[in-house]
Amino acid sequence: MLKRLEPVPAGGADKEDEGLEFDFEGTRISAAPGDTVAAALMLAGIRTTRSTPASGASRAPYCLMGSCFECLMEIDGVPNRQACMVAVRPGMVVRRQAGAARLALTGGPEGGL
Amino acid sequence: MKQYQLAVIGAGPAGMAAATEASRQGLSVIVLDEQAQPGGQIYRAIEQASPQRLAVLGADYAKGSALAAGFRASGADYLPSTLLWNAERKDGHFLLDLSTGAGSRRISASRLLVATGAVERPVPVPGWTLPGVTTAGALQILLKAHGGVAQSAVLAGAGPLLLLLAQQMIAAGVAPRAVVEIGPANRLRRALPFLPRALAGWRYLVKGAGMLRALRQAGVAWYQGASGFWIEGSGEATAVHFEIAGEAHRIECSQVALHMGVVPNPQLTRMLRCEHDWHPTQQAFVPRTDVFFETSEAGVFVAGDGAGIGGAASAVLRGQLVALRIAALEGVRGAEARIPAIRRRLKRDAAVRPFLEALYAPAEEVLNPTDTTLVCRCEEVTAGAIRQAVAGGAPGPNQLKAFLRCGMGPCQGRTCGPAVTALVARTRGVSEAEAGYFRVRPPLKPLPLSELADIAED
Ligand code: FES
Repeated sequence: MLKRLEPVPAGGADKEDEGLEFDFEGTRISAAPGDTVAAALMLAGIRTTRSTPASGASRAPYCLMGSCFECLMEIDGVPNRQACMVAVRPGMVVRRQAGAARLALTGGPEGGL
Repeated sequence: MKQYQLAVIGAGPAGMAAATEASRQGLSVIVLDEQAQPGGQIYRAIEQASPQRLAVLGADYAKGSALAAGFRASGADYLPSTLLWNAERKDGHFLLDLSTGAGSRRISASRLLVATGAVERPVPVPGWTLPGVTTAGALQILLKAHGGVAQSAVLAGAGPLLLLLAQQMIAAGVAPRAVVEIGPANRLRRALPFLPRALAGWRYLVKGAGMLRALRQAGVAWYQGASGFWIEGSGEATAVHFEIAGEAHRIECSQVALHMGVVPNPQLTRMLRCEHDWHPTQQAFVPRTDVFFETSEAGVFVAGDGAGIGGAASAVLRGQLVALRIAALEGVRGAEARIPAIRRRLKRDAAVRPFLEALYAPAEEVLNPTDTTLVCRCEEVTAGAIRQAVAGGAPGPNQLKAFLRCGMGPCQGRTCGPAVTALVARTRGVSEAEAGYFRVRPPLKPLPLSELADIAED
């Protein structure tokens, strides 16, 4: 299990936008300032963030530094976002990504994605 | 379009030091970095670190504060959250395509400094794709940037980072359940011949001894000489298994952090078509450079761990050296005067490396995994499938792409690249140099079409 050393700061007195809350598949997740989507989900106890195109196996963020692409999620309707590279914004809507969401790409590695 | 004398890619220790020094020498400098804040991974979130967090992470991490402050004050232009995805030469300049999240833009620079650091070597063991398994670096990032710690964690593999992470977790009050060193039981004996030379870098040895002492005092189980390591779990990691001297071990855990050392991040130097050489003791490809860290591509320099693993202190020195060299090339008089002194410090700082490289050589079982172990995580390609394809006529990583889609998933071979090279070399019985590495083509990362719709020039 992952846990935070310091509690997530609650929304301030003037509420609303103060607390960094976002929606993950219908659940409200609280984040701390500086959190990426991937870190906030992991520290909220979410264990899996996508399933693979080939076998459907569950996956979760692996490197947290933008290198492994295991953290691909749908964020505010846009698929294939690297959740470890996206800062949490209040009110975001985040979903697990099932299989291969089509990447609208200009190229990619040899042969395309 | 804005023209710079120097574009630095990466705002870790090498990039920050180079930009600071080059600005001091009067050059026009821009720094591009994918992260939202300077520091790189080693000094990740350094500007936000509370006194408590600095105490947990230790004195070496705290050194990043002054570096980041100096960089902020340097006057260098700085674009955080920015990806360099393409570079072309035109009329003696480099044209750089940047993705900023809010569209693409283009700048121009006379010289490039690649300061994109290191990435962790892949650790393909059975079960390494299970949720609950991360790199050791990922757990450290959770601690540095988010104040997060793992309860009931096993740290497995080999390397200084594994012990440093254990020490930091202990300081945070959440000791790991166990540290499992995978590989030969006689690591220390193998490294002893390199110890005399390493004494010049005694500070590192003292630091290492401190890590081991912290482990012992906290009563953390420390296993050495483990083999046959695998992770149990259906849906997520629940235990690790390994053997020591014929005795089977099973440790229940909910989090596993893997580490088998770091290698130079090859993506950008490969995309820029720089020549690379196999470094047998670092067990990694390293860009070929001259004594000023200029690569085989004129005008492209590389500093920090990307030029060969040397650690943060050497990264700063290399960054400064490159900045002074480029200042001299740009006609700043006397800029090179400090270079000999920097070289002496670099030499002293590197004294410990051969000892560390021998002590923490990657375990053979992750370089030559069992047939059923996944090597390419994205496309779910096993070691066995790769062996078969090699036997069927795929001589190297690039042909494996066509045979198996291995290295063609979203990560573009970033994670599996070193493992694929090692496996091909062992299967064919050739050197890693002959096995080769994935070609890297632009865009450096997948880009949405919308990014290209409006390439802004400024
Ligand atoms: S967790 Fe590796 S890229 Fe996000």
